Amino acid sequence: MQAPRLDRPLVLLTMALMLYGLLVLYSAGQTDIPTPARHVWERQVLWLVIGCVAAALVMRLSPHFLEWIAPVCYAGGLVVLLLLLAVGSGKGTAASTRSWLAIGGVTLGQPAELVKLTTVLMLARYLGGLRIPPQTMRELVIPVAIAAAPAGLVMLQPDLGSAIVFGGILFFMLYWSGVSVRLLVMLASPLLSLLLAFSTPVWGVGFAVLCVLLILWRPFVWEGLAVLGANLATGIVAKPLWQHLKSYQQNRLVSFLNPEVDPRATGWHIIQSKIAIGSGGLLGKGFTMGSQKRLAFLPAQHTDFIFSVVGEELGFVGITVALLLFLFLLLTIIRIARRCSDPFGSLLAFGIAGILFTHIFENVGMTANVMPITGIPLPFFSYGGSFLLTCLIAVGLCLRQASEARELGYRDL
Amino acid sequence: MSPGRQAFHPFVLAQRGTLAGRALIAVFTLLILQFLRLQVIEHGKYRLRSESNRLRQVPLVAPRGVILDRSGRVIAENVPGYSILLLANHADSLRAMLDRIQPIVQLDSEQIHLIYARQRAAPYEPTLIVKDAPFALVSRLEERRSALPGLVIQTEPKRAYPDSIAIAHLVGYVGEVTEQDLGNGVFSGRRPGSIVGKVGLEREYEDSLQGSDGVRFVEVDALGRVVREEGAPALPTVAGRSLQTTIDLDLQRYIDSIWPRRYRGAMIAMEPRTGAILALYSYPAYNPNDFVGGIPRALWAGLNDDPAHPLLNRAISTRYPPASTFKLATALIALQRGLVRFDSHMSQPCRGGIQWGNRFFKCWKHDGHGSLDLLGAIASSCDVYFYQLGVRIGVANFIESGNALGFRSASGVDLPNEQQPMYPPSTEYYDRIYGKGRWINYAIPLNLAIGQGENAQTLINMVRFYAALGNGGHVPTPYIVAPRHASPPPVVLPESTFLAMRNALIAVVERGTARGARLANLQLAGKTGTAQNPHGLDHGWFIGFAPATNPRVVVGGIMEFAEHGTAVAPYVARVVARYLLGPDSSREGAGIAPFVVPEDSAPRSEPLDSTPRRPERATPAARPVAVRQP
Repeated sequence: MQAPRLDRPLVLLTMALMLYGLLVLYSAGQTDIPTPARHVWERQVLWLVIGCVAAALVMRLSPHFLEWIAPVCYAGGLVVLLLLLAVGSGKGTAASTRSWLAIGGVTLGQPAELVKLTTVLMLARYLGGLRIPPQTMRELVIPVAIAAAPAGLVMLQPDLGSAIVFGGILFFMLYWSGVSVRLLVMLASPLLSLLLAFSTPVWGVGFAVLCVLLILWRPFVWEGLAVLGANLATGIVAKPLWQHLKSYQQNRLVSFLNPEVDPRATGWHIIQSKIAIGSGGLLGKGFTMGSQKRLAFLPAQHTDFIFSVVGEELGFVGITVALLLFLFLLLTIIRIARRCSDPFGSLLAFGIAGILFTHIFENVGMTANVMPITGIPLPFFSYGGSFLLTCLIAVGLCLRQASEARELGYRDL
Repeated sequence: MSPGRQAFHPFVLAQRGTLAGRALIAVFTLLILQFLRLQVIEHGKYRLRSESNRLRQVPLVAPRGVILDRSGRVIAENVPGYSILLLANHADSLRAMLDRIQPIVQLDSEQIHLIYARQRAAPYEPTLIVKDAPFALVSRLEERRSALPGLVIQTEPKRAYPDSIAIAHLVGYVGEVTEQDLGNGVFSGRRPGSIVGKVGLEREYEDSLQGSDGVRFVEVDALGRVVREEGAPALPTVAGRSLQTTIDLDLQRYIDSIWPRRYRGAMIAMEPRTGAILALYSYPAYNPNDFVGGIPRALWAGLNDDPAHPLLNRAISTRYPPASTFKLATALIALQRGLVRFDSHMSQPCRGGIQWGNRFFKCWKHDGHGSLDLLGAIASSCDVYFYQLGVRIGVANFIESGNALGFRSASGVDLPNEQQPMYPPSTEYYDRIYGKGRWINYAIPLNLAIGQGENAQTLINMVRFYAALGNGGHVPTPYIVAPRHASPPPVVLPESTFLAMRNALIAVVERGTARGARLANLQLAGKTGTAQNPHGLDHGWFIGFAPATNPRVVVGGIMEFAEHGTAVAPYVARVVARYLLGPDSSREGAGIAPFVVPEDSAPRSEPLDSTPRRPERATPAARPVAVRQP
C-alpha cells in the first residue's frame, strides 16, 4: 500500500505544539529546590517517540477497519475501567484516585485517556450508521448511554475532569451528526439546572426561560415533560448531591467562585496561578526564569498548571502563540472533518476535536480562573504519557481521515 | 434539511464546520481577552503579589558612629558580629523552627518569650533569635542550614570599646531598645531589636550616632525556605555620624591606671577656659562590652546588687558634701559682698574650735591655727576662720550668692543622668524644716561656710566652680562634644581678687593641706576637702588647676571613704602633671612623693547639751542614686 499523503498543516501544527510543549515542560522542571519534575521532560521525549510511532501505526488503519473494530475497543475500554475500580492505584498528581493501571507493580498509565478515543470511535460508528440524525430525545438515549457509561466509571475513580470530557465529546459529536441545536439545549438543560440550583431565584429564571423555549420549539408533549421533569429533579437533588461531593471537590468549586475564601488551602492553586500568569506581563519573565514556578509557589507546574508557566515565563505573547496554535490545530481538524466523505471518518475527526477542545478549554480556563479546577492535562504540554499517546494517536487518526478525503477528491469545500 | 445521508453532504458539513469554527474562534478570543486582562491590564497588581510572594525584607543594621577622642583615637568602634534570624510566616512555623534549632542554640523560656514578642511586633520580617552570636554557634548552624529553612545569618556591626572599664562611665553602653521606650517614642525610627544607647555618650548622642538602617531582600520559596540572598541591599545602610569628643584618651587611661582600687569615687579633668572635658572617670565601673548583644542576666543582677554600685557614675550622678573645697566659695561670697579682704583677720583666733551657742565647733586641727588672715585660712583650711566668716555673711546672703554661683544648678554637661546639686533655694527651706524663724540661732551659717550642712555637690559642679576661680570668673559649661547651653554670667570680681585667690590655692599646695600634691616643676593650685560621712569613713576631695597663674587644666577628684582630702591630692597632681608635662614627667612629679601627714579632716561639733541636731536627711553623704534599668 502506498504511504498516505500527509496533511501538512496538521503535521506542522502538531510538531510545533510538541516542541513548544516540551520546552515548557523542561522549564517547568527548573526549580530552585529540585523536585522530581526536573527530569520528567526526558521521559516526555520518550513518550513523544512512542506516540509518534503509534500515530504512524494508526495511520495505517483504514476507516472501515476502525468502524468494524470500534465496539471491541469500546467494550475493552469499559472492561478496563471497571477493572480499575477494583485494582486501580493512585499516582503523581492524581494520587487520591484509582485512575492508574499497574501490572506487576509497574504503573502503565491512565486508561481513561485512551477510553476517550474508543468512546469517540463508538459514537462515530453509531451516529455515522444512522440513516437520519436523532430527532427526538428518545433517539438520543443510545448515544448518551455510550458516552455516559465510561463517564460514569471515570467519575467513580473519582475523576470529575475526565468525566466532563466525555460530555464534551458527546455534544461535539451530536452536533456534528446533525442533531438540532434545540435538542442539544434540551439535553443540556438538566445539567444547567443542576448548576443554577445553587441560587433558587436564578434557577427559577432559568426554568422559566426553558419553559418559554419549550413552548416555542414545541417538542412532543412527553418529551417536553421529561425535560421539565429532569430539570426539576436536578434542581431538587442539587443540594444533596453537593453534600455528597468530596470536600475537596466542594472546595474547588467554591474557590473557583472566590479564591480568597481560603487562600492558603483550596484557593492557593488558583491564586498562585493567577499571580504567575499576571506577573508574567506582556513578554514574561524569561524562559525558565519564572519566580512563582522556581520557588514552588505554583502547584503541579509540570502537569495541570503548566499553562501558568507559559504565562509567567513567556508572557501574554507566549500565551497567545500557544492558544493560536491550538486554535489552528482545532480548525485544521474541523476542516478535515468537513472534507471527509465518510460520516464515520468525519465524526471521528470532529470527536477528536471535541476531546482536544474540552481539554484545552478546561485546562486553560482553569489557569485563568474562568473554569473550576478539575485537574485535566493540557494536550502536548502537560507531562503524562497516556494522554500524550492519546493525543498523538488522535492526530494519527485525523491524518488518516485527511488522506482519505483527499483521495476521494473533496478538497475544495 | 433532507434526511438520511444528506446530513453528511459536504455542503451541510461545510455549514456546520463554519459555525463550529466561528464558535471556536469566539471561545479562544474570550480566553485570550482574559489573559490580556490578567497579564497586561492587571499586570502591576500581580507582579507586586509575585514579588511579595518571593521576597522577604531583612533589615540591615547600620553601624553606629564611632566615638573618638580629641586626637582621633577610638573610644567606641564597631566590629563585625553575627545575628541569627528566622523567617517565619506564622507563629506556628516559628515555633516549629525554634524546636528544630533549640538543640543547637539552647534558648531559655524567657528568651523564647522575647522572640515571640518580636515576631508579633513585626510578623513579616525575620525574627531575631540571637544577637551577637558567637562564631562557633554560627558555624554549627551553617552546617545544618539545609535542615533549617528560613534561617538567616546576618553580619552586623557590633559595638566594641577597646578601653572597656576605663571609659565605661564616659561612653555608657548600648542595648536593645525596650518595648516601653518604643511605645513612648523615646527613640525615633527604631524597631524592636534595635540597639540604642542606654547611658553615657551613647545615650546623649544617640540621635547622631545611630545610622539609618537599610533593607535587603532574601528570596524564599513557597515553604518559606531561604533560596537566595540578594547581593546588593535594596536600601543601603547609612552609618551613624562619628562623634569627636574633647576627651584625651591617654589621660583617661592614665587615671584608670593610677586609680587606687580600694576607693570608690570619680575624677574629672577639664579645660577651665572652654569647659571641654579631658577625662571623666568613675570607679567602680562595668565593662561596657558586656552589654553588647544583651548582657547575661546574672551579670546584670550582679551589677545591680553590688553594694559598690558600679553602674553609678560618681562624677555626675552622686552628690557629696563639698566640705572644705567649698571654703573658696565662702571666701568668694564674702569678697563679693565686701565683707572681708585677704588680709582680714577674724575676731577670734583659732584655738582648735569655737563656741557657738551651746555647742563647741571644732577646727580640724586640734591645736588650732592661731590668728590667720583669709589667705592663711584658705591655705590651712582653718575651720574656725570660716565659721566666723559664715556668720558674718549670714544665711540669707549665703543662699542667694550660692544660687547665683550655680551651686543649685546642674553643670549642664552633655551626659544623661546628671544630678542636680543640693543647695537651699531660699531661707524658706529652713522655715519648712525647722519652723518659721526658729533656725535663726542655729549653726547653719557655720556649716554652710565649711561646705557641710544642706549642701551637696556633684564633682562636675565643683570642678566647674574651680574652673571659674582659675580663669578669672568665667563659668564654663562643661562639655564632651558640644556645650548644651551658653555659659552662665561670669562672676564679677576684680582681677586682683582672683589673683589672690589663686595665690591662696597655691599656698594650699605649697605649704598647706595638699603638700602631697606639690609638683616640682609645675605650680598647682588646689583645695582639699574632707566630707563628713555619717555612714562610714569620711570622703576625700581635691580640686586643683595648673599652671596656677594661667590654668590650662582643672582636675577634681573624690574618693569615698578616703578619710582625708589629702589622700586624693597626689592622684590629682599626677593627672595634672601627666596632662601638662606628658607621660615622661608624670613619674618624677609630686605624685609619687610620699604622702606624709593627713592634714585635713572633717571638723566635728560637740554638742554641749540637747540642741536639736541637724536632721539626718540634710546630711547628704554619698547616697547612691538609683540608676535607670537599661
